[in-house]
Amino acid sequence: MERRAFYQNPVLPWLLLAPQLLLVLVFFYWPTSQALFWAFTLEQPWGGGNTWAGFNNFLYIFGDGRYWATVARSAFYAIAVSAISMCLALTLAMFVDRALKGTRMFQSVFVWPYAIAAPAAGVAFRFIFAPEAGLIGAVNEMWPGIWNPATNGFHALGMVIVCHAWLGIGYNFIFFLAALQMLPKSLSEAGAMDGARPYRRMLDIQLPLIAPTVFFLLIMNLISSFTDSFGLIDVMTEGGPINATEVMVYKLYVDGFKGLDYSGAAAQSIVLMLLVIALTFVQFRWVEKRVHYN
Amino acid sequence: MTRTKLLSAATTIAALALATAPAMAQTKFEFWYGLSGDLSERIQEMCGTFNQSQADYEIVCVSQETYENNLQNTIAAFRADKQPTVTQISDGGTLDLMLSGAYVPVRQLMEENGYDIKWDDYFSGIASYYSTSSGELLSMPFNSSTAMFYYNSDALKAVGFEGAPQTWEQVEKIARDLKAAGYDCPVAFDPTGTWQWFEQFSAAHNQPIASNGNGFGGLDAVVQFNQGKFVDQLTWIKKMYDEGLFVAKSKAIGETANDAFVNAKCQMSSSSIADHGTFGKQAIEGMLWDVTMLPLWEGTERTNTLVGGASLWTLKGSTPDQYKGAAAFYAFLATPKQAEWWSTVTGYIPVTNSGFKAMTDKGFYSAAPYKGRELAIQSLTATPPTEYTRGVRLGNFGAIRLEVANAMQEVLFNNVPVQQALDAAAERSNAVLRKFEATYPGQTLP
Repeated sequence: MERRAFYQNPVLPWLLLAPQLLLVLVFFYWPTSQALFWAFTLEQPWGGGNTWAGFNNFLYIFGDGRYWATVARSAFYAIAVSAISMCLALTLAMFVDRALKGTRMFQSVFVWPYAIAAPAAGVAFRFIFAPEAGLIGAVNEMWPGIWNPATNGFHALGMVIVCHAWLGIGYNFIFFLAALQMLPKSLSEAGAMDGARPYRRMLDIQLPLIAPTVFFLLIMNLISSFTDSFGLIDVMTEGGPINATEVMVYKLYVDGFKGLDYSGAAAQSIVLMLLVIALTFVQFRWVEKRVHYN
Repeated sequence: MTRTKLLSAATTIAALALATAPAMAQTKFEFWYGLSGDLSERIQEMCGTFNQSQADYEIVCVSQETYENNLQNTIAAFRADKQPTVTQISDGGTLDLMLSGAYVPVRQLMEENGYDIKWDDYFSGIASYYSTSSGELLSMPFNSSTAMFYYNSDALKAVGFEGAPQTWEQVEKIARDLKAAGYDCPVAFDPTGTWQWFEQFSAAHNQPIASNGNGFGGLDAVVQFNQGKFVDQLTWIKKMYDEGLFVAKSKAIGETANDAFVNAKCQMSSSSIADHGTFGKQAIEGMLWDVTMLPLWEGTERTNTLVGGASLWTLKGSTPDQYKGAAAFYAFLATPKQAEWWSTVTGYIPVTNSGFKAMTDKGFYSAAPYKGRELAIQSLTATPPTEYTRGVRLGNFGAIRLEVANAMQEVLFNNVPVQQALDAAAERSNAVLRKFEATYPGQTLP
């Protein structure tokens, strides 16, 4: 039986909603509508006029090879970051869940990276990975020139991915650990009595049971790597060298603020927004409903 | 970004602290500029002098670190109606301002506030860069420079070369000799330094950067850097880089070309004459260095190089009192004493004929440490400006500089063929220009 509450007064619910609606309106819908408007016009950087451009801004970015390279790079970035971050977090959570020595300490220690602001972590990692002065400098002393993110695009991209994955470990860890601890111990114990080793129990018992969490985290990680990579990239590489670390969110910043192409940037942000909406939609409609074991 | 904000906040506070000492009831106005480090400190000093020199106005000077940042932040502030009264816009950003409709022409400002400025006293190259086609100056010439070639005299002497390198052939030979003598870094090359390695190279060799006389003839210009001598120059730079004679130095790589030069790690470098003062201060003890005009290829005639640096734009939206303050500030900058101080502590050239003459007559240029700076004027006035050496008037030129910088890096680091890289950069640059043209439909250059 479902019980529902009704308001007699039709105005009251709206009044109660008003503060939240106002916030959403001012900080979300208004800027979004502005971006939407710019995406269909040519906006003068200093204001003072614009001309209708129809779909030209979208046609331009879709006809641009460099934009598609950015899209592919973003996809690779998102998948790599999510995979690395989730695998490491899951491994750590598994160990902590097994109540080994020092578990309580690790429980809090592993969460720390999440509390560090992305730009701060970026500065630290930039130092660690600096080709000459950094901690990795030793590698370059043994094999000169083997590591140089300032000139080698792959190195730079790898460096940012590692940093972003590291930042996400804490967040993923909390969710994995919570999910694992929700599982009845009896299931694992039964498996153990049947002679399954921890690795086998993880694959066949625990992982399927926490599948909803895995899918939830996957979507959250993908979304975060599409949108949160900005701070890291800006601090670590500024999209360089030669655009090798330019992902979608960074390109739209560069085009809009550095290139003064407000309209092109607006069109790109609309595309990015649609992408994130699509991912969220998948999360709500498909993942939350289907991936359940009862 | 955060660091920039913190720094500018710190400088603002510093400026406020400095400036709140004199009497109240002053008109306050802001000046945003795009210089950092030593040059920024000089500007703060200048603002302090202005505030102490009179009691009616108080200027608050805020560093935005780089010209690009300053342009972006000024635009953002302008759109939010929080713009400073005065902002410093670099050479390349001139057209962005000209079409913006966001400024008060400096000539009008000075006339309305009762200042009589001898406009024809400004160097013609400087005046034409910042004026309309009819010759009306729109912004106040402030820090003007051009690209120069710096070299470590000791190192050059050590490999048997006396005097200043005049040609790229000589640079190549010296670089080889230096390498053979055990110097790791004969020439510091900044792969993002399009201003000195591309634009000024093109000007000195009278090569077009864009059609329509580098854009002065109209908004429908197309870039042409992928056709002329710059293609050969970049090919040569790549060859030198592969042989380890040119070494890439930039902020991203960990050490700037300037730092590598003043620390005597690199023996030759190209940079603005504005750094002459800073080099003098920062060069390691006992290091002997000198400056000369940009080298040329043998068999080419030198044409004048482009005026670099920036000018001061007065933005719309301030109060009449603030405009009075801005006018007073410009008049203060134009006083012979102040102009000479500015040229002395930095390396920026004096912007007026009379200023240059006064300094020459005083013997400023004939002895160390200022000797050599007159070569910048010589470079700027080598010939009367040609169609391609009076300046660059392209919309959104900052984006085009980025394309060229990317092309240079692709050639150096990713071994992309020179012609292919420059063609791609040219195609993208032209797209930028067409978009700019479409953004300002029906407008002509003022």
